Amino acid sequence: MTVPTMAEMMAQGKQPEVLFWVGCAGSFDDRAKKITKAFVKILNKANVDFAVLGTEESCTGDPAKRSGNEFLFQMQAMTNIEVMNAYEVKKVVTACPHCFNTLKNEYPDLGGTYDVMHHTQFLKTLLNDGRISIEGGSYKGKRITFHDPCYLGRANDVYEAPRELIRKLEGELIEMKRCKRNGLCCGAGGAQMFKEPEKGSKDINVERTEDALEVKPDIIATGCPFCNTMMTDGIKNKENEEVKVLDIVELIANAQDL
Amino acid sequence: MQYIPNILFAIILVLGITFFVRNVKKLIRNIKLGKSVDRSDNSSLRWKNMIKIALGQSKMVRRPVSGILHLVVYIGFIIINIEVLEIVIDGLFGTHRLFQGFLGAQLYGVLIGIFEFLAFLVFVAVIVFWIRRNIINIKRFLNKEMKGWPKNDGNFILYFEMVLMTLFLVMNATDTPFQEANVGNIISQYIAPIFSGIEAQTLHLIERGAWWAHIIGILIFLNYLYYSKHLHILLAFPNTYFANLNAKGRFDNLASVTNEVKLMLDPTADPFAAPTEEDANAVPEKFGAQDVSDLNWVQLLNAYTCTECGRCTSVCPANQTGKELSPRAIMMKTRDRVEEVGKNIDANGKFEDDGKTLFDTIATEELWACTSCNACVEECPVNIDPLSIIMDMRRYEVMEKSAAPQELNMMMTNIENNGAPWQYNQMDRLNWKDEE
Repeated sequence: MTVPTMAEMMAQGKQPEVLFWVGCAGSFDDRAKKITKAFVKILNKANVDFAVLGTEESCTGDPAKRSGNEFLFQMQAMTNIEVMNAYEVKKVVTACPHCFNTLKNEYPDLGGTYDVMHHTQFLKTLLNDGRISIEGGSYKGKRITFHDPCYLGRANDVYEAPRELIRKLEGELIEMKRCKRNGLCCGAGGAQMFKEPEKGSKDINVERTEDALEVKPDIIATGCPFCNTMMTDGIKNKENEEVKVLDIVELIANAQDL
Repeated sequence: MQYIPNILFAIILVLGITFFVRNVKKLIRNIKLGKSVDRSDNSSLRWKNMIKIALGQSKMVRRPVSGILHLVVYIGFIIINIEVLEIVIDGLFGTHRLFQGFLGAQLYGVLIGIFEFLAFLVFVAVIVFWIRRNIINIKRFLNKEMKGWPKNDGNFILYFEMVLMTLFLVMNATDTPFQEANVGNIISQYIAPIFSGIEAQTLHLIERGAWWAHIIGILIFLNYLYYSKHLHILLAFPNTYFANLNAKGRFDNLASVTNEVKLMLDPTADPFAAPTEEDANAVPEKFGAQDVSDLNWVQLLNAYTCTECGRCTSVCPANQTGKELSPRAIMMKTRDRVEEVGKNIDANGKFEDDGKTLFDTIATEELWACTSCNACVEECPVNIDPLSIIMDMRRYEVMEKSAAPQELNMMMTNIENNGAPWQYNQMDRLNWKDEE
């Protein structure tokens, strides 16, 4: 696995095609790290000229902003923007819809304007340009349902890119009753990931997992490390060991034995 | 003596309209209590949205049953109002069915026929609405914020519409020349037999009574609007026009914070510099929203526009899983508070501190239950944005009161100290590369 950093690139006088923004979950969460690695394997296979910020990356500030701490958010944003602008970053790809939304929508006002893509959008362009091919492999004919991350779907109207990739896997894409703009949240957004839910009758991730199990999938596909955690917990709660929760890049990487 | 009905009519009309204008002025004043926000950009897209969403009801029909019923009442309301124009002219000049003269009996008949048919459809739709609200247990009409006045308000509107449609049809049914002409009386001809056998004089009195009650009813209804959730019939238009056009995930960056953060990050800034005279007298800006005057005017317009349909609440993940949060209740409580502030201004000439804020009715438990998923914003048939109010109130809680839930404080401390919401060292960010 080759993972160059922006600093190394700069030392060699090179400017990569795209910055891979790993994000905190992708860097530290054991489950999400697997998603990060799957994505890097695909980037390597496709010979994409990319780099990461490595230890120079810091939280985008999204959870702080959704918690109402605008100070902390803007401190984080301005620090990150300074780093990215110093490297003259033009294009950013990330596997986290929260980072994606913040970088794309909330950084430009503060001086950080980049062409930001979610990893599913980026993979779609690689596919369209013939730089990668997607085969079904072991997923051929499997029932796959896609859970729309709120910050990818409703927040940014990206519904088709992840679905197109799933269709390429030759799996059977089955939609939950509530999907796309009507998709139900997994329960992690708005900084809920970092706190216990308020008092209620049920956990949101369990409600959403029930939606998914209703369509009897083999796989619940996601495009967000937090949705992944929530849905995985939901499946555990339902004591269902057959259904797997996987990120779309994991499906693509696994299908090709990467 | 023969002009008495005309004069009486003119007086009632002027009174009705004057009172309405007075309330509209009050409404505008109250909405302007909000902070300024620029929505003057991209007017072509704004017009398009208004035409599609408000005029064209595109988001209403996403739920086909209530959507189509609503469409019937909406079209009926607009088209039957053409008849009101004739009624007003007749009333002022003492004419009777003035349009019949210059449209010709046939065309006039077709027109009235359409009105009668629509009136009948509206009547039926309104009955179904009443059944949905009162007999079938539809969850979004049963949430706790729908007890008392909001429930009665919903029913009063339906009764109003039933009565107005009935009066319109009775007025036609008892109009002997109109029935004898037998053109356009497609519904009223079935009502007319009820009045058969009544002598001409009495029949005429009934017709006049229905005529007067109908127009007075309309004027009362017009003035009921301001006190009711029914204001949406007017405000849906400006509300869809001024709604946020940015991606829903994009929350505004507080400019007041940007200035301070820039100063903090500026190595050349002198922290001990004496403030300029202008700065020294400036009132420091409040972060986030504590009361309605801290919200912007579009958020207040949102609150007045809300017709409490509850579609937002029915799709809210927090509400569905039994949490306290209801986006509709956030809008209703915001409106109640703007009204309270408005009455305070009416009584005192200017706002006198009453020691109350939005936080008196909106509990922090509601605010912290939100996942910011935007389902409520997506669902609202008139593009109301409850999420922005929730976020502004969270900002006040966190930045003015330092009252975030403990776990969120820990998360934020981690971000401050090591650049991640968890306790991991920033220097370990790339460790995953070498792990198996």
